[in-house]
Amino acid sequence: MSETEEKTTSRRAFLGAGLAAGGAVATAGLARAQGAPDPLITEVQPWARELGAGVDATPYGLPIRFEADVVRRNVSWLTADPISSINFTPIHALDGTITPQGCAFERHHSGAIEVSKDDYRLMINGLVDQPLIFTYADLERFPRVTRTYFLECAANTGMEWAGSQLNGSQFTHGMIHNMEYTGVPLRTLLEEAGVKPEGKWIYVEGADASSNGRSIPLEKAMDDCLVAFKANGEALRMEHGYPVRLVVPGWEGNMWVKWLRRVEIGDQPWESREETSKYTDTLEDGTSRKFTWVMDAKSVITAPSPQMPITHGTGPLVITGLAWSGRGPITRVDVTVDGGKTWREARLAAPGQDKALTRFYLDHVWDGSEMLLQSRAMDATGYVQPTKDELRAFRGVNSIYHNNCIQTWWVRTSGEAENVEVS
Amino acid sequence: SPALAEKLGLGRAALPEEVAAWDHDVRPDGLGLPEGSGDALTGEELFSENCAVCHGEFGEGVGRWPVLAGGFNTLNRADPVKTVGSYWPYASTVWDYVHRSMPFGNAQTLSNDEVYAIVAYILYSNDLIEDDFVLSKDTLAEVQMTNADGFIEDDRDTLELPAFIREPCMENCKESVEITAHATVLDVTPEDSGDPATEVAQAEPEAAPAEAPV
Repeated sequence: MSETEEKTTSRRAFLGAGLAAGGAVATAGLARAQGAPDPLITEVQPWARELGAGVDATPYGLPIRFEADVVRRNVSWLTADPISSINFTPIHALDGTITPQGCAFERHHSGAIEVSKDDYRLMINGLVDQPLIFTYADLERFPRVTRTYFLECAANTGMEWAGSQLNGSQFTHGMIHNMEYTGVPLRTLLEEAGVKPEGKWIYVEGADASSNGRSIPLEKAMDDCLVAFKANGEALRMEHGYPVRLVVPGWEGNMWVKWLRRVEIGDQPWESREETSKYTDTLEDGTSRKFTWVMDAKSVITAPSPQMPITHGTGPLVITGLAWSGRGPITRVDVTVDGGKTWREARLAAPGQDKALTRFYLDHVWDGSEMLLQSRAMDATGYVQPTKDELRAFRGVNSIYHNNCIQTWWVRTSGEAENVEVS
Repeated sequence: SPALAEKLGLGRAALPEEVAAWDHDVRPDGLGLPEGSGDALTGEELFSENCAVCHGEFGEGVGRWPVLAGGFNTLNRADPVKTVGSYWPYASTVWDYVHRSMPFGNAQTLSNDEVYAIVAYILYSNDLIEDDFVLSKDTLAEVQMTNADGFIEDDRDTLELPAFIREPCMENCKESVEITAHATVLDVTPEDSGDPATEVAQAEPEAAPAEAPV
């Protein structure tokens, strides 16, 4: 058994699936550590003698099988069916900031549809000088930009408003991905049609049955929205809107309309289903906020976490996670191991980028005692990520969306971690 | 973004038939509503045929499918019941959404008259109109929605930002820390079977999880 397989098995054992097998592996590992030469070194391994796969074996590859647990997961009880539903990015197992498209979360309202580039059409109509139709080939001829942004579902962490509910950062914070998009500024296309002076809003809708229509103020449309056709270097995945989606930097994921087929210009918002019945945030007194577009500064420790227990014992421990803000670049992330009594500034893997995921690390020496791990993001506006109680004081527990609270993981002496709330 | 001094001349003019085929959206002021009409009695039969399998004969919802009727005066309670009657601010949205996206799995199959009738039935089920009210482009705006004044524009900038833009505490921030909630008590997280492809759906959780956020 390779080292990678062993680690994977141990991790699963920790999560309760096969304690007996995990124990045996751990014992074998211990025996090897007690001075005996390591047969993985002293004995010639098959991969050092035989031949590997040829270059013609995999025209488009998938991750090695030992990484089979790094996949999207869904939670069946969340929705009535798996079509208008959500799944979760395995952020617990990833590092850096770019989300591999193949495991980047999905949220559909009438399923992931298949639209070819040949069948694709984009219409611009409404308060314009000239309503226009673009083919996919037309879009590729406009001047292009490439930008990296996070897309966070408005409902990310939404199950956690009333208490600790799901046990893993994938489930509590995994309605998010971060990609490098290439496309045409929406502004360019709108200018091609010529927006009339009375045009103040746009309505964007997808080609799918749900349409996912949303209203966006014209200023945002003319500022940084992209009509994107590439993500992380290649075409969008079907489930992410192939061949064309809208990118709305810093704003709630629902507005990033996939399979974008139409942009209408109007003089007032449309108040569609997705901005009245849904994506409105009910407060304690029963009134609801609407048009809560921006995603506030937020962070989460991805490891250690419930799906990433500490299996290596005491000593050096990498505490790592992600931070992001819809209001601008992340400037700082603080981490506590004692539930917020004392904080240390974490190390950013790279300077925070505007409206994109930022990776942070805290190089810690674990003494084996319990920890209450939290991270706290700060963005370029000076906004400091609040606690859940601070958010509840403003909003109550029924607002469903926009839960950017500080997350706590209780790490026990065994190295196992649990989603908890603290005073 | 690159600024263009002149248009590139890409794309072509959209024809009126094409715009008419795709531009279905309806605004609260009624802009976009087509000709046609329907009443709740006609709608009751259509609802039974097209909608009740998921939403129930009276809009009460089947299983986890959305509840369309009732839930009045629950929005400030622990478990608000958000329906067309209790929550939706505009009747136009009901028309627009049913017309474009319902029935689930067979969208855009209802005629304009059928949509008027089904929407009339949904409104009637919520006691928002009488059973003889004929819904049309001229009467839809007359419908008084219960929660029409229940929405405010995002006020985080004025309400929350002053509290959250601050110098964060680094030392001696609290005297003690107690764990006040555990996710494992609820135990509703899918188990890691080691092979997601064969993962079996969870049985009903012992404690009811919070309302689905999506």
